[in-house]
Parts: sequence; structure tokens; C-alpha cells
Amino acid sequence: MLNVSHLSVSYGTTRVVNDFNLALAKNEVLMLVGPTGCGKSTILQALAGLLPICEGEIQLGAWRATPSLIVPPEKRNVGMVFQDFALFPHLTVEQNVAFRLTDKTPADHWLALLGLEQLRHAKPDTLSGGQKQRVALARTLAHEPAFILLDEPLSNLDAALKDSLRWEIRDALKTAGVSAIWVTHDQEEALSVGDRVGVLNGGQLEQLDTPEACFCRPASRFVARFLGEASFLPGQLEQGRVSTTLGAAPAAPVDGASGEVDVLVRPDDLSLVRADNDTNGTVSWARYEGGTQLYAVNLDDGTPVKVRVSHENRVEPGERVRLAVITTHPLAVFARTQSSV
Amino acid sequence: MKRWPRFYPFALIIALLALVPVGVLFVLAWDAAELFDARNLEVLTNTLLLMVLTVIGATLIGVPLALFTAYVQLPARRLWLIVLAAPLAMPSYIGAFTLYAAFGPGGEIEALLGIPTPSVHGLMGATLVMTLYTYPFVLLTTRASLLSLDAGMVNAARTLGLSLTMSLWRVVLPRVVTGIAAGGLLAALYTLSDFGTPAIMRLDTFTRVIYVEYNAFGLSQAAMLSLQLLTIVGLVLFLESRVKATSERPGRRLTLWPSHWQAGAMLAAIAPITVLAIVLPLLIFTVWLLRDGASGFELSYAWNSVYASLLAAIAAVILAVPVAHAAVSGRAGRVMERVTYLGFGVPGIVMGTALVYIGLQLPLLYQTLALLVIAYVLRFLPLAVGSVRATAEGLDSSLMQAARVLGASPREAFMRITLPLTLRGMIAGGALVFLESMRELPATLLLGPNDFETLATYLWRVYEAGYFGRAAIPGLLLVLMSGLGLALMLSGERRGVFDTSEDHRH
Repeated sequence: MLNVSHLSVSYGTTRVVNDFNLALAKNEVLMLVGPTGCGKSTILQALAGLLPICEGEIQLGAWRATPSLIVPPEKRNVGMVFQDFALFPHLTVEQNVAFRLTDKTPADHWLALLGLEQLRHAKPDTLSGGQKQRVALARTLAHEPAFILLDEPLSNLDAALKDSLRWEIRDALKTAGVSAIWVTHDQEEALSVGDRVGVLNGGQLEQLDTPEACFCRPASRFVARFLGEASFLPGQLEQGRVSTTLGAAPAAPVDGASGEVDVLVRPDDLSLVRADNDTNGTVSWARYEGGTQLYAVNLDDGTPVKVRVSHENRVEPGERVRLAVITTHPLAVFARTQSSV
Repeated sequence: MKRWPRFYPFALIIALLALVPVGVLFVLAWDAAELFDARNLEVLTNTLLLMVLTVIGATLIGVPLALFTAYVQLPARRLWLIVLAAPLAMPSYIGAFTLYAAFGPGGEIEALLGIPTPSVHGLMGATLVMTLYTYPFVLLTTRASLLSLDAGMVNAARTLGLSLTMSLWRVVLPRVVTGIAAGGLLAALYTLSDFGTPAIMRLDTFTRVIYVEYNAFGLSQAAMLSLQLLTIVGLVLFLESRVKATSERPGRRLTLWPSHWQAGAMLAAIAPITVLAIVLPLLIFTVWLLRDGASGFELSYAWNSVYASLLAAIAAVILAVPVAHAAVSGRAGRVMERVTYLGFGVPGIVMGTALVYIGLQLPLLYQTLALLVIAYVLRFLPLAVGSVRATAEGLDSSLMQAARVLGASPREAFMRITLPLTLRGMIAGGALVFLESMRELPATLLLGPNDFETLATYLWRVYEAGYFGRAAIPGLLLVLMSGLGLALMLSGERRGVFDTSEDHRH
């Protein structure tokens, strides 16, 4: 499938993507996630041939693109779903979907499958956001590309729609049996939809792995923080177990960390009870989340941690609490740094 | 690595062609006897006086009207705006001709009503006419600035105890100074390049004297005067480029509800302007039509106008497409586009002088319709470029990318996406060029082939020969053309300027 090696892209003298490597498997949905400005959209543009690259190589089937060997977008057999949908405003839904098709069967197939039958003759500006997104997806899939790039396809839609459309898109991609690179800044979207997740930071790929691995065994503190609430507890690593002031747990060292370490704890790795003795922290704020309650607690040694517990458990800010590590799965541990708090 | 956008070569060639007339003038002026003499000083003084007085007049009329159309709630607001902006669409020589004929001893007013009126001619006459036809520039630019202001400031000033008039003076006007300046400079440019009004009012400005020199076979002297005029135009354009548009966070606009007598007083103050600029010319032409009928007029004049203007419109749109698309693709393209705008600053009489010389050097073009069409295209290309560019800018770049990713070559993407989506701008631009060419006078006088009479040149001959009555048909047809031009401005890309709805669109 698609192979990308040592890809770098610059705008003027600023390098926005640096030494990016990727091998996309067949039928795989790969999520690229990162904060604004991390270069994720730039990577898509470069893969589609819409931006010149300054180093590296992109290869798919018969074609190979390098900085000097330019393959124009129309020769790449790539599909792209744009953030603003990019539907042609002067063409109907049907004409959009069948834009370059001589045989219209795939267009009919995808119009039917995505529930657009009624809208065949509508113009794009009469459609709702969700409908536009489906048309854009149908257009891309009907042209039967070798792989598909999705550039934050849900960012222009409202929250309720996002959730259902996310699965609709994934199902459509899987039905078509086409591999895809899907860019998002939403970590929840990335973890739930992707077969693999790539986390980008400042133009560099920090980790590329399954969602579980990225979440539980992050390659860096950045990945740990980006993919969810993360607290770091000081601890000692000995023989595969790490002991902290809140108890011990099995450990998964990152980059060969040993001895004095910081342990990554997610809010649900800890328990919290209000107590009068044997306490080890003070609640600084509480946030009601419906089914659960999130607490920020300052431990007595000064470490701030976050804990998520059932909503039945009510503690007010300022009250003393006892925290304990309750997880049985291995916790990621990082080598201690000076600025580890 | 970067590729040279594909429209650049075409745009570059067109930009270079736009530079030719100015180059030609330098070559021509080389032979001129005098660089500058006492006569020149007089011409320069007249030109600058007319320009300054016109700008003052246009500001005095335009700014109050801008406040009126922007803030005062009256029935039929949009209609008032259209009526007040209408003189912009009329060629000023129509006004100069009819005002000249109407006023003074033996004028139409005295002949018909027996009321003696002072004659309208010379510097004061030219100032009056130019003011009547340039105040809409100030009105429209100032109004646009006013509409972008938030009413909160005025309301705050009034709750702090300032009267409405004082709040407008101290809080509103200081913030629209750039809008007023922009309109004033446009009025100045229009005045500098206008030929018909000073010629009819017998005021020796550059444009009139250039025409006199041309008729006296002093082509190189005409070129020298043209360069002097271009220098002043250049200075005004430079000033215009320094006027920075200030943008404020848009907010709710101020609305004033006048009482009945206030509204009546405002309309009474406005009426004389509209009467002089629009009603009087129409009345005079109608009187002439009733008195003299269509004598002397031939349909071929109208056909010649249409034919030459249509050719110019088609050529301008074809040339405008690469320039406009180059302008949206990069910085170098914008420079090329700016160069083609040069023609707009070159007064018609100056363009005519330059192209007459080119005709003399290239017998192939001498006395041909092609030369006249070239002059129209060089002068009015910016109108077409502006229209096409406005629609091209509105195009989302991801549409082109989407077409490319779906497998279309750049050519196919351009033909199937860009062209259909910019068609509106192309048609609007072509129509603007057509209407401007229909009304163009000085370049047509200089470059029209022998016996090629158009509506505008026929009107001029009638004026020169003193058979005023024969101006009725061409005059009314030209007013009709102006009306169409106005309708086009209202319906087309510039709609926003005339928009009176509460939520101002962009």
C-alpha cells in the first residue's frame, strides 16, 4: 500500500513536517491526531500532491513522488474529503458524485448507500452540514481511489451529528475496503474510530500504534497528556513493579526508565474516599460530569492528580481524602526529569 | 521548489502591452519644443483649481448625503440611494452640454420661460458640472465607512450629554475621514481625466489643450502636455495608495427616525442636486426632441457605437481572465494586475494621443477600428479584471483541489469548475466595458476611422456646429446606456454598495 519515508515539508524557511514515515496497511483506517499547527493537514496536502515536498518519498503502486519527481494530484489515484466539503456549487449532488465517471453505477451505489437518493438533484447550498459531508464522502468513494485522505471531516458539524457520522464514515470506508488517513484534532474521535493512531507534535510523529497502546503505553509525556487526562506520580521502579505514595502497581517502563521514575496515572486508575485519618490529599475542585465525578486533588507531597469516581461519591473542595492506586494493568513509567511536576 | 503559475505568462504579456502607451508618449514628447512655458502654467493652474474646487464641492455634498443615506430611516431608502448615486453612471459631458445650453442669455430656460439666468461656463461652470457628477464617489465611499461603524459610540456620546449633531461631528466623522478621502481622490482623478466638461465650458485644462494641440498637428506638444497631466494623475494615485482603509469591528448601525418636517426639509435640500444632475438634462433633450425630431440622426451612429463597444467588451473579457487569475495566484500576479490598472488612470485624451502616434507608425493600424478597440480595451480592461477577480477570489481553493484529486487535469478543472463559477463576473465585467466604451468621448474623437460616427462623437459634432437640437436622440440614448450601467451595478457584484438591508452582507 502507501509508503511514506522521510517526508519533510517547509513553508518558506519554516519546516512544518519533519522526517515523517508511514506504511499504510490494506483496508486500514489510520488516524492522525495532534494539536493545531502540528502539521497534520500539511501531511495530507503533501500526500495528495497539492503541496510540494522538500525531502523524502511517497510511493503507492506504480507511482513514486520525490521533491524532483512531481506527480500531479490527478495521477495519484487518491481521494480526499475536505474540511469544508468542497462541493462544486454549480453542480447537483448527482453531478458532484459522478464528477469524472463515465459509468455512473458507482455513483448510484454510494448515493443509495449513504441515503442521498432523495437529494440527487439538489444543489449543494440547499443541503445541511451532515448531508454535505455524505455527498463529499460519496463523491470520493464513487471515484474508487486507491486510498482516501480525510481532512478533519467532522470539524464543521455540530456535536450531536459528529458522533453518529463518525461511525457512518468508518463503516463506509470499511464497506469500500479502502484504506484511509483521517486527520482530526479530537482525541476521542482518534481513539474510537482508528485501527491505528499517529500522534503528531510540532511536525514530528511522536507515536504510531494501536489506540490502546497509544493510550496505555504512550511513547512520551506529550502523547500521554494529549490523549486524555494524565497525572504523574513520583515512584520507585523495582523488578517490574512501581511503588508510589498511593500504593504499588505493575509497571511498563518507557525508553528503559528505571530507579526514580514518574508513573502515568489516568483518573480511573485511582480510588478516592473521604476519611478523617490516613489521608494523603486535599480536594481542590470537583466537577460533576453526570454519571461520574472528576476531582482534582493536591497530594500532601505537592503532586496534583485527577481522579474520576462514581457520582454517588460526593466530596466538597477543601475536604481531606484518601487516594489509592487500584489498577491491575501495568502503568507507564517515565524517567524522572527535573521539571517532571 | 515552486512552479510558475500557469496564467503568469499571459498576464505578463498583457501587463507589458498596457505599458506601451506611456512609453510611446515619452518617445513623442522628446521632440516637443517647450518643456514648460507661461501658457503651461495657466493650464496647470486651471486644471488644479478645477480639481480642488470639485473635490471641495463633492465633499460638501457627498458627506451629508452619505450620513443621510446611511442613517436616516425613510420610506424607499434604497430608491433614494439609487437616485443619489445615479449621476455617477452619467457621462459628465451630457450634463455640461445641457447645462451650458439651458442657462445664460438666450439659453433654453430663458427661451421657454422668459426667466433670465446667469450663464454656466468657465471655471465656475466646470466646477458646478464636475461637482454634480463626482459627489457620488464621496457619497458611496463615505457611506460604506459609516455603515461599518457601531452605533454604540454615538449612543455613548449622547448619553454623556453630547447633542446628535455634535456626536456626529466629534465621534462619527473623525472615524470616516479615510472614506471621505478615498472618495475625494476618486473625484479628483475623474476631474483630471475628464475631457467633455472643460471643453464644453471652454476652460483651458490639460485635456482641452491636448485636444487643441492635436487638432493643430502639434502631436509632440500634445504628448508633452499628456505627460504633465499623467504626472498629476500619478501623484493623486500615489496619495490614493497611501489612504489606508480603517476597519472596525462591525456592529449594529445607527438609525435615526426623522419627524415629518425634518424629512421634508432633507428632501427639499436634496432636490436641487437631482434636478440639476438628472432631471434637467432629460428635460432639455426632451424639449429638443419635440422641437427638432430626429433630423440629422442616422441609425448607423448607434450601430457603430454598439459594434465597437461589443468588440472591446469581448476582447477585454478574454484578456481579463488570465490577468484576474494571475492576480489571485500570487504576489507577482498582483503586480501584473496593478500594471493593467494603469490604463484606468490614463485619461482618454492621453490614451488617444498615444495611440494616434502608434497608428502613424504602424500603417496597418492607422485609421482602423482595431486601434479604437485597443484604446477601449486598454482603458477599461481594469473593469473586466476587477469583476472577474472578484468572482475568482470568492472561489474556494479547495474546489480546484477537489477536482484535481478526483482526477481532473488542471485544464479540465479550470474548464469545468473555475470557468463556470466565474462566468457571472465575466459577463458583468464585459457589460461594464461595453457601457463605458459606448459613452467614451475623447479617445473616440481622436481614433475613430474616417466617417465612423458614434453616439458620443455625433453629440460632440452637434455641439461644435451649434445644432444643439440634433443632440436629442444621441443624448437620450446615452442616458439610457447610463441607466443600464446603473442597473448593472445594482444587480451585479457591487450590490453590497447599495445594500440597505439591516444585516450588511460582504
